[in-house]
Amino acid sequence: MARFLLRRLLLTIPVLIGVATLVFSLIHLVPGDPVQAMLGESASPQDVAQLRTKLGLDRPLLQQYASFARGVVHGDLGTSLRTNQPVTGIILERMPATMELAASAMVVAILFSIPLGIIAAVGKGTYVDHVATTVSLIGISMPTFWLGPLLAIVFSVWLGWFPVSGRGTVANLVLPAVTLGAPLAAILARMTRASVLEELRELYVMAARARGVSEARAVFAHAFRNSLIPIVTVIGLQFGSVLTGAVITETIFAWPGVGRLLVQSISARDYPAVQGCILLIAVTYVSMNLFIDMLYGFLDPRIRYE
Amino acid sequence: MLKLGIAIVGLALLGALVGPALSPFDPASQELALRLATPSLSHPFGLDELGRDILARVLAGARISFLVGFTVVVVSASLGTMLGAVAGYFGGRIDDMISRVIDILLAFPGLLLAIALVAVLGPSLANVLFALTIIGWVGYARLVRGQVLRAREFEYVQAARALGASTPRILWKHIIPTAIPAVVVQATLGMAGAIIGEASLSFLGLGVQPPTPSWGTMLNGGRAHILDAPHLTLFPGLAIALLVLGLNFLGDGLRDRIDPRSNASR
Repeated sequence: MARFLLRRLLLTIPVLIGVATLVFSLIHLVPGDPVQAMLGESASPQDVAQLRTKLGLDRPLLQQYASFARGVVHGDLGTSLRTNQPVTGIILERMPATMELAASAMVVAILFSIPLGIIAAVGKGTYVDHVATTVSLIGISMPTFWLGPLLAIVFSVWLGWFPVSGRGTVANLVLPAVTLGAPLAAILARMTRASVLEELRELYVMAARARGVSEARAVFAHAFRNSLIPIVTVIGLQFGSVLTGAVITETIFAWPGVGRLLVQSISARDYPAVQGCILLIAVTYVSMNLFIDMLYGFLDPRIRYE
Repeated sequence: MLKLGIAIVGLALLGALVGPALSPFDPASQELALRLATPSLSHPFGLDELGRDILARVLAGARISFLVGFTVVVVSASLGTMLGAVAGYFGGRIDDMISRVIDILLAFPGLLLAIALVAVLGPSLANVLFALTIIGWVGYARLVRGQVLRAREFEYVQAARALGASTPRILWKHIIPTAIPAVVVQATLGMAGAIIGEASLSFLGLGVQPPTPSWGTMLNGGRAHILDAPHLTLFPGLAIALLVLGLNFLGDGLRDRIDPRSNASR
């Protein structure tokens, strides 16, 4: 197991270096002079030169890269041009809000999708299955940036049940969590249905039924239990979509997280903050994938020896 | 499911092609006195914040969505298929190099890299196409690489090699065709992804810029009027959801036809 974990860890290192390199090169993709773009056309040459020195853009590319890499390793992502505060500090300040939203969205998705997927699999071909399958396909097709405003119109404007924006209470969390969790719920419901269906056809389930085990036990204790591995994997892989979806959901509901910080930083052409947010989201995603990979190896010993 | 998908996508395509010509209103013309007017017989989807006919703009926006969907899918599928086939067929260092690039691009979840690219390159339709293609080809390359790894061991491929067929000929005539059905399914679902991607970027203000009508831009404009004029949000969103649903039906239906195993588990 230790060898398996070490190998997975080592395989992640080149990916992280690649991610950091790509994020570093973003500022160099700005058409024209990135410093002029940040400060605007009316900026004086002195201000431009001063910011160029501050950002280290007047140094040779390799030196810039070395300094960026050193900063990343030490958790120093530079200074925000908008707030003049360390980027790492601003992101860490916003991180709990994003994590709270992402975790709530995943809880909403799991609570809704797994029962729906099991019901659809057990009642394959019935109208319950058709309804569940159609609902999940609609859920996948409904873009977050439309579902969010729709929920706000119905539950905030018409019914007045939940606030339309802000953070602090559970009521504030409901609409953003449902908006962000809905596409994940749709994908998970489809996955759960397919996975449980596959297990239900296996011989061991048939054997359990032949032994007189109740249908509920055959489904939950046998088929569902074994179908959990692919479901857990999909939950982990979809965490990335939740992080990206958070950028849009936080913008819709004015949720003070990293996603909203990213959009605000883009509007202000605050490139160090943009780079910091992108890097942090990507690293969180890679770490989550690594964790799921390891969990998968733990749950299914065959994986370790591949 | 397949027929329903074809019907929805066909209808949307027809709307995009002939709709703007049939609509009595220009998507850019303004009736400021009637701004934010709710749906009526003369304006079935109502008017927006500048008094423009929302139906005319939804139809014109469909053109942008199809343009983005087709362009991104064609370019990323061609690029991904080519690179995936080369990586899978040659293996070794070439495969390692292409696979590492794929791994790095896959480390950015969903639209994040597209958001980052458009943020630095500047908001425009061309940059949206570029950014969506950069993240789009990876899926095809991975898919085709896997298919090619399997196909290169087939006896008829080995026979072609033994007969002295050139590598490009083997790839083009014998190996890539085995991956085409899977690529077509991926392309249908990828088109839905590209359309949502463009709309997401435009919604964030990073895509198509006003006054060009794009569904995402229209939804972004509707945000400020969600309390007093929800119809600004309702119709462009419904158009995206329906088209994407149609493409998902189409993709699922095609997959069922092509892969009987996936059909059985449905």
